[in-house]
Amino acid sequence: MISNKNKKKFLSPGHNACSGCGQLSAVQAVMRGLTADTIIANATGCLEVTTTAYPETSWGLPWIHSLFENASSVASGIRASLDKQKNKTTKVLVQAGDGGTYDIGLGLISGMWERGENILYICYDTESYSNTGIQASGSTPYGAATTTTPSGEQSIGSTQVKKDMLAIALAHGLKYVAQTAAGFPDDITNKVKKALAISGPTYIQILSPCIPGWKINYDEAVLMGKLAVKTGLYPILEYVDGRLNASSISSNFKPEPVNTYLKGQGRFKHLTETDIQYIQNLAVENIKKYKL
Amino acid sequence: MKKIKIQKRVKDHILEGSRAIALTINNINPDVISAYPITPQTHIVEDLAKFKAEGTANYEYVRAESEFAAASIILGACATGSRVYSATSSQGLLLMIEVLYNISGMRLPIVMTCANRAVSAPINIWNDHSDAMAVRDSGWLQFFSEDHQEAVYQHILAFKIAEKMQLPALVNVDGFILTHSYEPVSIPSKSLISKYLPAYKPESGTYLDPKNPITLGGFFSSDAYFKTREDIFQDFNLSLEEIKKEYLKLKKVFNFKDNGNGLVEYSGAKKPKTILITMGSLAGTIKETLKDYRDIGLLKITTFRPFPAEEILKATKSCKNIAVIEKAISPGSGGPLYNEVKAAIFENEKINIKNYIVGLGGKDISQKIIQKIIKDSNNKNKKITFVG
Repeated sequence: MISNKNKKKFLSPGHNACSGCGQLSAVQAVMRGLTADTIIANATGCLEVTTTAYPETSWGLPWIHSLFENASSVASGIRASLDKQKNKTTKVLVQAGDGGTYDIGLGLISGMWERGENILYICYDTESYSNTGIQASGSTPYGAATTTTPSGEQSIGSTQVKKDMLAIALAHGLKYVAQTAAGFPDDITNKVKKALAISGPTYIQILSPCIPGWKINYDEAVLMGKLAVKTGLYPILEYVDGRLNASSISSNFKPEPVNTYLKGQGRFKHLTETDIQYIQNLAVENIKKYKL
Repeated sequence: MKKIKIQKRVKDHILEGSRAIALTINNINPDVISAYPITPQTHIVEDLAKFKAEGTANYEYVRAESEFAAASIILGACATGSRVYSATSSQGLLLMIEVLYNISGMRLPIVMTCANRAVSAPINIWNDHSDAMAVRDSGWLQFFSEDHQEAVYQHILAFKIAEKMQLPALVNVDGFILTHSYEPVSIPSKSLISKYLPAYKPESGTYLDPKNPITLGGFFSSDAYFKTREDIFQDFNLSLEEIKKEYLKLKKVFNFKDNGNGLVEYSGAKKPKTILITMGSLAGTIKETLKDYRDIGLLKITTFRPFPAEEILKATKSCKNIAVIEKAISPGSGGPLYNEVKAAIFENEKINIKNYIVGLGGKDISQKIIQKIIKDSNNKNKKITFVG
């Protein structure tokens, strides 16, 4: 075990994530929504690797990493231990990437939600397995080139559309389910605070642009987070008690064409006009579905 | 379920093995239990859920959706300072393997029961030791019980050693043969157990606590990882003496006698020509068989991890033949126990050591089979034989 001398900061500077990492900026916004009375269970991934290189740690909160797929169950165990200690105040937070959430950890997340435990689960969605070298996950969007869905003569990259994790969360009856993006730090902080005020399982998914994965410049993570929202491809959403919260949606939403978002990213550079039109239709469907 | 009046010494309860284990676990006073049903350990976790429902238990009981989750849940609870427990078997244990390595590497003193059972395919629910052998190198202490009473004491011992050495422990009980059979057994009371095994109070700064935040399970480079593995190895070696010491205390506090020292137990001829070596409930069958023999002994291995190599070398010094009789096989090699015994007695090159694989998938091991093995054990022909 390691202890961080700088206990006033929940996440100290000095971690070794990529310059301009979208996930780490989102994490800082999450930390601003927490109090010191919090325990974090973290899945394997960039966030764990870049913040805990022994004998140092960036974490000023009690923090545990066990495996890739079990952060949710570890959190259940933490909650059970706190319950046994009659501790009602300490918050339990899970942090995982999209691989650990959409794919390998999904069954365990379902178990945690089914048990109705008071745990906030945050998925930092980089839309691929960033830490292992940008392989496709259940969250990889249509048309994205990854190392396991490369583009080429015979391939446009990923042919799947993103799995709808929000719907899966809602199907478990979660009282608070939200989606936001790096580039909206205040929104992230507010959503974390809201989720923590609710008793029971809650879920927040944050689009976290990945510099090497998306093949973008180191100063473009915030821009890409913003464009993902503005095109309607990754809208900011909030469900309270299963109902879409209208106040979370911008009243004067004027969608930007998806091309403004796609063209800046190396992972989409191979797409043809037809492919881009298909993705534009996905954005239009979102705009209709969520009444943006 | 009737409430059972618990007495100290007299074995006046006839209990199912699973019930005996569940009652003992309740008296050990764990904080958190998480489990998933898997034959043949199901009765243990059903009983533990029942105690909770009846209000005779103080633990949190978390129903998991898989063994993988159950192991992860007790990992999280233990890392938050709780004494924890689970039970599993066979496929369930194998599904847990990734978590088991993790628990050991994180030095979490978790105790689990494994109701030993064959591993699929072919699918077969009956007893053998394939499951325990599959987790041999996961960094868990491993005990094997001969009967209900030994299972009861081994669970208490397992918690004591685990918490002292900061290592997880698996108590192996033969599926069905022990878990579903009825035997006279005494269950030590909560107050008596607490005299031997005090409440679990980990030091501040070693577990997850907002008042003293620490980082657990961080990323280790090669040098730090190498050192961690070496430390675990050394602590397993140290635990050999701890088990002997604690077993002596255990006998004193719970007032029982046997020939064992916590690691091994010898019975039979004073100057044996042949020593049979085995683990678990098969020792009972062998003891019965040996009543008709004057020159045969039985060395029961009660602690498989750490492996009591020195005890085995000492106990077999002057015998001519060793027959290792076991319910597991490592394809392409031999019985795992046989290979380890062979390594332990390497210095004693005169001994004729042979391996008999028995009881895989629950195949019945009769006294006749033991007699056949004894007859064959001084032949120097085939080294590894399947007897069934």
